[in-house]
Amino acid sequence: MSSAALDARKTGGWLRWISTQLHSRPRLLLAVLLGPPLVWLGVIYLGSLFALLLQSFFSIDEFSGLVRKEFTLKTYSELLHPANLDIILRTVGMASSVTVAAAIVAFPIAYFMAWHASGKLKALCYIGVMLPLWSSYLVRVYSWKLILAREGILNWVFEQLYLTWLLDAILAIPVIGGPSLSISYMGTFLVFLYIWLPFMILPIQAALERVPPSLVDASADLGARPRLTFRKVILPLAFPGVVAGSIFTFSLTLGDYIIPQIVGSSRLFIGQAVFTHQGTAGNIPLAAAFTVVPIVIMGIYLTVAKRLGAFDAL
Amino acid sequence: MTVAVRFERVSRHFGDVRAVDDVSFEVQDGEFFAMLGPSGSGKTTSLRLIAGFDQPTSGHIEIHGSTAEGVPPYDRDVNTVFQDYALFPHMNVIDNVSYSLMVRGVDKAERHRRAEDMLALVKLGGYGSRKPAALSGGQRQRVALARALINRPKVLLLDEPLGALDLKLREEMQVELKALQRQVGITFVFVTHDQAEALSMSDRLAVFNEGRIEQIGTPEDIYARPSTPFVAQFVGTSNVLDAESARRLAGLDGPGSIRPERMGLILPGETPPAGAINVSGTIEDHQYHGASSRYQVRLEDRTSMVVVVGNTAAGEAVQADVGQAVTVFWRKEDMHRLSNDGAAE
Repeated sequence: MSSAALDARKTGGWLRWISTQLHSRPRLLLAVLLGPPLVWLGVIYLGSLFALLLQSFFSIDEFSGLVRKEFTLKTYSELLHPANLDIILRTVGMASSVTVAAAIVAFPIAYFMAWHASGKLKALCYIGVMLPLWSSYLVRVYSWKLILAREGILNWVFEQLYLTWLLDAILAIPVIGGPSLSISYMGTFLVFLYIWLPFMILPIQAALERVPPSLVDASADLGARPRLTFRKVILPLAFPGVVAGSIFTFSLTLGDYIIPQIVGSSRLFIGQAVFTHQGTAGNIPLAAAFTVVPIVIMGIYLTVAKRLGAFDAL
Repeated sequence: MTVAVRFERVSRHFGDVRAVDDVSFEVQDGEFFAMLGPSGSGKTTSLRLIAGFDQPTSGHIEIHGSTAEGVPPYDRDVNTVFQDYALFPHMNVIDNVSYSLMVRGVDKAERHRRAEDMLALVKLGGYGSRKPAALSGGQRQRVALARALINRPKVLLLDEPLGALDLKLREEMQVELKALQRQVGITFVFVTHDQAEALSMSDRLAVFNEGRIEQIGTPEDIYARPSTPFVAQFVGTSNVLDAESARRLAGLDGPGSIRPERMGLILPGETPPAGAINVSGTIEDHQYHGASSRYQVRLEDRTSMVVVVGNTAAGEAVQADVGQAVTVFWRKEDMHRLSNDGAAE
């Protein structure tokens, strides 16, 4: 390089000086890049979360309806009232069954995508799984309400197949049944299952993709029939993916307050309880205490998931 | 002698690709049999056909006298050491080694005892509780061996088992594998693209090229009497002469080949040994290899030949620079007649 060119580099002005500083101090660059989002996350997100948690230790004056800003665990004890405990158990029960069902439904799809589909078919599978995520969540939930309604297409299909008796039998099951699918727990469950399924398929598929095909050959070579190979080799290696997916389906179901409001019986889920208490009821402390419940449950869930190696598959 | 593996006109086509094309051979019981060839030559596909991971498009395969086509891998008395070892990452070494015993329902104590015995055999005693990820490449390979041998299969298949090891370790394992095979007396079918490995380890080898077998024989057969230009050049280094040159220089009636170390080099004015064929040429390139020196010589008729001369007690190789005129000589019987499918390209 000519000395003239070197001189030009040295005297490049303040922009060049900044580039040099950033280049020679990688940590400075990192600070400049991460500073603003970290401040945003720290103040807006963690700050408001902390403020919310603080509220849960206050209580509401039953006569005036005003918040008493003194430390008390009274609000938490209210969570144990049968009506509130019902809400918590109902939500956790729904989240668990949605998670288990999602794992069962997602596994074969993920298995097909990872090991059998290739090229265009695989791309098509990806689009099929992802496409619903690009459309409005509300639109999808409302269309399910139409599908599941008594006048909806599902009822019509059952009628055409002369299977109305079967649908009626299912709806007659106590607790999960109801007058129609769109106003029963079963309906809520089906919509949850549909909405969160992609979040289960993708981690399982990623985990399966990482299993070398030679392991399946090796298992067969050592005498294992396909069933045993599945149980001893494929399932254990895909399990972290299942757990990773279940974190999504479980936590998303735990916190959702729109689906049970649109499709289902009128009984509340945690999200709806939070919504109601902080809104019309004006009971911010109880709403905050309700919010703490899924946080604690997820804390426990994530600890167990970490033990099971779920985060190795992310 | 019993035949361990028999291929009768076996083909495996993938669409238009003839991965294995009308291949027939027999592996004797207790033999160390190598399948040698460049990548894509059909050797690994042949191995997978024996293991049962793949089924032939046509032809007949027998393992110890019973028909193998249509039989799934889990019903074959054959085990495989995979190129990537294929150890189960979620199981420790003991569980990996005793996997086939678990499949057969052997109880845990017995399983562990036999796995420990196998680990001792491959010199990995005490490593049972480790996970494969905590082992070195050489150790993983031993675990894979122990796992494949624990059931004493009728045939052990090895798919480039030393390919992932570094040179020093590979040489050690070559000696150990051979010793292990003698010790357990099981038929080994060994796939490799490394001709030195195939020559040094096997009792017999098959040289694969483009889905076909070019030659089957003992290492001496293959090296000293290659039957085709491909074998002559793939196994070791050979000077292959087309039919025309071979007739003119050596009086052969077809293409011929000669190993560089079977040739000699003298300066003009010196006399070649009596009865030797000698041709004059010019040195084009010269490499010093320590134990030997390698010369590239351009003959008068523009043919290029490689001559390797040992740096032995009998005398140093010719001190010759590029451009030096020399005479190349060899004994007539050292030049070997190749089959008549033309000279190498």
